[in-house]
Formats: sequence, C-alpha cells, structure tokens
Amino acid sequence: MNQPSSPQTPARPAGPGPATAFHPWDDPDAVPLIRFRGVTKRFGDFTAIDAVDLDIYPREFFALLGPSGCGKTTLMRMLAGFESPSVGAITLEGRDIVHVPPHKRAVNMMFQSYALFPHLTVEQNIAFGLKRSGMEKDAIEARVAEMLRMVQLQKFAARKPHQISGGQRQRVALARALAKAPKLLLLDEPLGALDKKLRQQTQFELVDIQERTGTTFVIVTHDQEEAMTVASRIAVMNEGKIAQVDTPGRIYESPASVYVADFVGDVNLIEGNARPVGQGMAEIRWREGVPAIRGQAAEPLVEGERATLAIRPEKIAISRERPEGRNNVVQGRVHDIAYLGNISTYHVRLPDGVIVQAQVANQRRIARRDFTWEDEVWLSWSDTAGVVLMR
Amino acid sequence: MDFRRFSLIALPYAWLLLLFLVPFGIVLKISLSDYALSIPPYTPTLDLTGGWPAIRDFLSQLDFENYVFLTEDDLYWKAYLSSVRIAAIATFITLLIGYPIAYAMAKAPREWQPTLLMLVILPFWTSFLIRVYAWIGILSSEGYLNQTLGFLGLEPVTVLNTNIAVYIGIVYTYLPFMVLPIYSTLEKMDYDLIEAAQDLGCTPTEAFWRVTLPLSRPGMIAGCFLVFIPAVGEFVIPSLLGGSQTLMIGKVLWEEFFNNRDWPVASAVAVVLLLILVIPIVLFQKNQEKQQE
Ligand SMILES: Nc1ncnc2c1ncn2[C@@H]1O[C@H](COP(=O)(O)OP(=O)(O)OP(=O)(O)O)[C@@H](O)[C@H]1O
Ligand SMILES: [Mg+2]
Repeated sequence: MNQPSSPQTPARPAGPGPATAFHPWDDPDAVPLIRFRGVTKRFGDFTAIDAVDLDIYPREFFALLGPSGCGKTTLMRMLAGFESPSVGAITLEGRDIVHVPPHKRAVNMMFQSYALFPHLTVEQNIAFGLKRSGMEKDAIEARVAEMLRMVQLQKFAARKPHQISGGQRQRVALARALAKAPKLLLLDEPLGALDKKLRQQTQFELVDIQERTGTTFVIVTHDQEEAMTVASRIAVMNEGKIAQVDTPGRIYESPASVYVADFVGDVNLIEGNARPVGQGMAEIRWREGVPAIRGQAAEPLVEGERATLAIRPEKIAISRERPEGRNNVVQGRVHDIAYLGNISTYHVRLPDGVIVQAQVANQRRIARRDFTWEDEVWLSWSDTAGVVLMR
Repeated sequence: MDFRRFSLIALPYAWLLLLFLVPFGIVLKISLSDYALSIPPYTPTLDLTGGWPAIRDFLSQLDFENYVFLTEDDLYWKAYLSSVRIAAIATFITLLIGYPIAYAMAKAPREWQPTLLMLVILPFWTSFLIRVYAWIGILSSEGYLNQTLGFLGLEPVTVLNTNIAVYIGIVYTYLPFMVLPIYSTLEKMDYDLIEAAQDLGCTPTEAFWRVTLPLSRPGMIAGCFLVFIPAVGEFVIPSLLGGSQTLMIGKVLWEEFFNNRDWPVASAVAVVLLLILVIPIVLFQKNQEKQQE
C-alpha cells in the first residue's frame, strides 16, 4: 500500500471563496445536481453496480475511489449516457436522464485515453463540441481562444494531437471537455498517464480550474492520494457498492468500515471483543492478560461483539520507557524499520506475533535515530486516536 | 554481416530488375521499332556480335513513329479515356458497396471477424476466369437473371455485352481489394473516439460523418487505387462481358497484338498505359506513406 497521506489532509473547501465553508451535503435544503437511486447495472449475470444511492451537489469535486474492477468507470459511463442502469433512476437537476442519449446531456467526459480526434488540430478538437451546439462562428473562436489560454496551449493550437506531448494532450482533452461549459464534467483517471511530478502539478491545476469555472467535477481514480488532494468528497467503492461517502478528512479519520480504513492509507487493525465504555467510546479486549485498548466507536455496539480497532501508524507514539497516564499501551520489539526520507515506519512485533506499525517524522538525521532493530519499545496512543469498527 | 544486409537489400531490387525493368525495357524497345513481316514481327533486332557500329546503327533505327501514330488515330485516346472513365465509375461503385461491407465487418463481434474476413477472400480460391464465365451464365439473355425475372412475371433485360455487365464484372472481381483496406482502418479505430464525438453533441450519424469517415479515408484511398489501377488495364472482363461498343484499352492492346500482330504499336499502347498509371501509383504510394506515420 502507498505511503499514507499526511493526517492533516484538509477537507478543502471547494466553494466560491475560502471564506464560506462548502458542505451542501450537510444542508437538508440543498438540491443535489446528480441523484442515483437504487441504481444497479448488470452485464449478463455479472453485477457491476449494485443498488447504489448517491447524491452529488453542484460545484462539488467528487472523487470515485476504489480498486480495479469495482465499477468506477461503469458508474461514470451511466452519467455520460453510454450505459443505462438495469434498475434504478439517475436524475440530473431533478430530471430523469436514464433515457437521454449522450449527445443531449449537459455532461461532458474526459476520457481515460483522452480520445482526441487525430485528424483534427488542437484548436479544431476544442471547437468540435461548440460547433455541434450551433454557436456563432465568432463566439466559437473566442471560446476556443479562452480555453487555449486556460490550459496554456496557445502556441500549439495548429498542431495535430500526435505532434504534442502526453501532458499537453491531456490538457487538450480537458479543454475540449470544458469548452461547452457542461453542468457536469466527468474525468476518468485523467492523470493516469502522467509521472508523479506532473501529476501533482496537474491536480492543482484541475482544482484551480474547477474553482474558477464552478463546474461540478466527478473524477475517477484509484490513487487515494489524488482523491485526497482534489476532492471535496470521496466515495469509496467496493465490488459495485459504495462503502462510504465522505470528506477526505472523515474518510481518513473516521472510516465507516475496516474495508475503507484499510483501503485509504496505512492502518493497524487489532481485532477483539468489544465493550462500550460510554461517551461513544469502546474498548477492545484483544489478548488475555493485557489491558484492553480503547477507541472511538464508529457506531453503537453491544458488549461481546467482535470488533476491530483501526489506528493509523502516525498516531502511535514510540518510546523506550513505559508512558504514564495512557490507556492504550503495548510493548514490543522493533522488527523492521522502513526509512522513507521524511518519515520512518517502525514495524514493532508484539509478544503474540502481531506486527504494529508506528510512524515517526524524521526530525533528526538517520544516524542519530533513537531506536534500532531488536530494541524493546513501548507503543502508545490516545483514546480518541483509533476507531472501533464493527464491519 | 554487411554482406547479409547487402543481400537483403539487393534481393528485392534484383527481383524488380528482373521482373519489371528488363521486361519494360524490352517492351519500350519494341515500341520504338518498326513493324515487319518476320519473326519476331519487328525491326531492328539487336545483334551484339556486330560490335559498336552495329549497336549505333541499331539505335539510329529506333524512333517515336508509333507514338505519333497513337495520336493520329482517335481510337486510341478514346480508348484510354473510356478505360479511365469505366474504371473510375466502377471504382466509385465498388467504394459504395465495399464501405458498408467493411463497416459491418468491423462492427461484427470479434469472434466472427476472422470468418467474415475469410468469406471476403474466399472467391480468390477459384479461378478468376471461371468466375467471370459464371457471370455470363447469370447475365445472358436466357441466364439465371432473366429466368428469375420471368418467374416473377417481369420483362427480361439485356445486360450481357453492355457496359453494365462490365461494371458488374469489375465491381464483383475487385470488391475484396476495396473491403480489406477499409476494414483494416476501421478495425484499428479507437471506439472511444466515437463516444467522445457523441459526448460532445454528435448524434450517432453525425459521429459517423465527422469521425469515422474521415478517419477511414486512408483505407478508402488505398482501396480506390487498388481497384482503379488494375481496372484501367482490364482486358478479360470487357472482352467476355462487354459488348462491341465497350471501348477499353486492354481490349485494344489485345487486338493489336493478336489480331493485327502489330507488336510495335501494341507496345507503344502498353507504354502509354503504364505512363498514365504512374500518376495514380505514385499518389497511392504517398497515401501509404502518410498512413505509416
Ligand atoms: N461491457 C461490459 N461487459 C461485461 N462486463 C463489463 C463491461 N464493462 C465492465 N464490465 C465489468 O464490470 C466491472 C466493473 O468495471 P469498470 O470498468 O467499471 O471497473 P473500474 O472500477 O473502472 O476498474 P479500473 O480501475 O480497472 O478502470 C468489471 O468487473 C468489468 O469486467
Ligand atoms: Mg476504469
């Protein structure tokens, strides 16, 4: 699994200005732009999308995150109109769009393969959709020029797609999809082909463009860092179902299930018998003869149920002495150290063989590290650092 | 190593030299000679034993008389023109019929495509001559076509020995040459492009005209040349299916060689035909090169 995103990943406000907090999903009066109700899609006897309910609000930057084959592209294609659901309804601004063909939807898609027309120049590619909409010639020219400026490709207007670089092609695809000012822009793994540096830079460009144009973006990715960086909300998908929809911060800090906790970032999972201890807290008895460990209960639970404590490595402190005044303390031996430059991950083996990861920022040079292999160490974390999950 | 590379390059050139340039040189030489009642039926013949003076003498006897003759009798240029016209019309009809076939093949389920491809090539497994003769059986006045029409209570039609029969023959014979290149461009085409076009506001029909058709142009051009070039010089089809009024240069060429036994004029006809075809052949090569990019 990837190195976890920094824990302080902010729930970036995607609203018009930084001053106003943007969370229409908490507002009962907000009207969603897109609404999935009981949507199921079957290919033969294979169910690709399974009874999905989903609301996406105007101006959101919504990310679909999930492993390969979980149905992200299928969900997008239903929004674009290339597939229709086997069961259920999809509405755009309150109107059922299931039977609206792709060319009549105010939805544009940026294809994973970019799908630029090889026989047309960059300019003609961007103008393609505008010409179909019966716009005036002057207006088309102005709009194309504006789009070229936005993606900084003025110099390449007359080139054919095979005469520009991969990153430039991707920007042309973005400009083409945005040119018609769609209500909804779908991006299917738009940055898949780019290297890491260019990718990060483009992520910020995307966010910037999304904020300036006020378009609602739905982005597919299987890179959780990318979803964390750009999205106002993330839907984590699993085998055609939505496992959780939430802000990046909450997906990371308060996962609803073991699946989500495990899929997004690194996590230590400790299983045991749960017992509620009041105030939304629960403790887990995970081994005979050692004190129970505590965390915040994700949902109300019954004493004796099996549950899992999920705790992020960076929330675990590591020390040589037993820390005072903490409930969650375990002892172990350093089994392995992974040095990642800015941080180090200590793999600590508990007496029963369980490995727990603890992450420490490398404030000192590597030679001055406090712990080394086979050291006896104590791991500890606060009561609210971990979550107790029932699923 | 160098020798191997050399022989690899030399082989196709040797092939070209032996099977194209040498025969062409011979035909060119005959076209510059004069008609004679002898064997072979032209003079002069090259006699290398005579040394330099004989060669110089031989060269001095060559002239462009036969080419001048071609311009004097309007039969020839009319035949050239008529051949080009018939070939062009036939090519166009082949395109109109071949494109939908290629399109349907490319759209067919993957697992069917090899079978369909084989069906297109299948006619090549029987002799071309037999297939043309079969058309005589279909098109003649008592043929299957008129039998069927009679059975349906319709008037019989005269098709055999008209230009229509020639068009049918050419279209039928050369259809695979049109279908295959178009199919190969369509089959390579990324389906995402069609979806992108629809996403940007094209109906499926518009998407076809604006994306599919322009992108299959190289295949259409290749197919048209592959049909047009051999059709211009076609001899068997016009002489078996065409009538007395069907004027094609291939037929004229045949008659010059075998009826008039005027080898020099026949050779001149052949050389001019080749020169006419060089233009489309060069254009064809250009098209292929562009496609390679
Ligand atoms: N046209 C189709 N016919 C049959 N099965 C399909 C079809 N399209 C998708 N599927 C199946 O549906 C499932 C979901 O596919 P989808 O393309 O939505 O996955 P994804 O989440 O986009 O995966 P990836 O991250 O690899 O792109 C897959 O198991 C796939 O095999
Ligand atoms: Mg996909």
